[in-house]
Amino acid sequence: MVTKKIELLVGVFLLAGVVAFLALVYKVANVDVSTNSDTYTLTAEFTNIGGLKVRSPVKVGGVVVGRVSAINLDAKKLAPVVTLTMDKKYADFPETSSVAVLTSGLLGEQYIGLTPGFMDDGIEILQDGDRIADTHSAMVLEDLIGQFLYSSKDK
Amino acid sequence: MSIVDSIAALGARAIGIVLGLGRAGIMLWGALLHLPRFKKGTPLLIKQIYVVGVQSMVIVIVSGLFIGMVLALQGYTILVGFGTEQSLGPLVALSLLRELGPVVTALLFAGRAGSALTAELGLMKSTEQLSSLEMMAVDPLRQVIAPRFWAGLISMPLLSVMFVAVGIYGGYLVGVAWKGIDDGAFWSILQAAVEWRQDIVNCLIKSVVFAWVVTWIALYRGYHLVPNPEGISRATTQTVVQSSLAVLALDFLLTAIMFG
Repeated sequence: MVTKKIELLVGVFLLAGVVAFLALVYKVANVDVSTNSDTYTLTAEFTNIGGLKVRSPVKVGGVVVGRVSAINLDAKKLAPVVTLTMDKKYADFPETSSVAVLTSGLLGEQYIGLTPGFMDDGIEILQDGDRIADTHSAMVLEDLIGQFLYSSKDK
Repeated sequence: MSIVDSIAALGARAIGIVLGLGRAGIMLWGALLHLPRFKKGTPLLIKQIYVVGVQSMVIVIVSGLFIGMVLALQGYTILVGFGTEQSLGPLVALSLLRELGPVVTALLFAGRAGSALTAELGLMKSTEQLSSLEMMAVDPLRQVIAPRFWAGLISMPLLSVMFVAVGIYGGYLVGVAWKGIDDGAFWSILQAAVEWRQDIVNCLIKSVVFAWVVTWIALYRGYHLVPNPEGISRATTQTVVQSSLAVLALDFLLTAIMFG
């Protein structure tokens, strides 16, 4: 009986080790955004996404309303296409809304800022699978410095 | 005369060191040379994994949780000044995986399991159990040393993996649940920073090396101690001191090879 107990505890120990190892490995691989039924997806095409990552937040005025669920390169246009998984709670964005890749602080991580557009007759609400047309790409610091240097040289 | 004496003492010391290394090597060689006998060896191994691994689990997990939490709290107070508190995830995960996980687990392991191994072997030796085994034509290296060595080698990597996982969870608790870092940003930046080969495999390599050294020192100290109460207490202390120093020195060496 005592041996049985020891064997059981050793089994638990080995399993706990394996579980911890899998948890670590699982962290390296990208964890999927929990695809609950109360979300909908939008896509947006950018020219440059900077340091945006999968699972980065989508914010409206600082409030997290969704997450980036996938980042792909459009095969024909060779432009990055970002898939956003949005919370169904915030489902009333008009199709005139715009998205931009923003940075939190000077050195912080990048996120997607969504700016709701105006509502008018004939303007529809964004539905599941829609593409947001109005996008602003990430500002790349090197480009800005480069432009600044060249423009100051001209003067 | 005194100069000759001191030179002789130096020589005796050097001979002692070489003798010790040789004995330790012969002991390990004798224990590992035999092919494992699965039918007879497995129950012995399970018993030792219980003593060495399962009984160290609580201290390792509790210290892992608190070290992760402290690391996150200290990191947060500094990072928040730069507005980069979201980089807390990689800070906690990488310092745990690369250094703290294997090293602190090895130090705890030396204190918890290594000293117990030395004391147990010392008691077996002073009550002449090892000699009795030999009289019954049972090789004590095979019956006593080998299962303990393998148990240490199996348990330590598992313990350090648990330490790291629990530590990252502790960092998550402090960073996300208490300090309000964004949940998704914490994990996504962490995942982007941690690499399979560079971080996780190196963590495992380090902990296997440390397990080897700590268990070896503990077994050698126990197997070759002076069989009386004073000898046992001295050997136990020596085990903890020497294996801690060996772990810290080896850690620098391994880090220099892996990340230098």
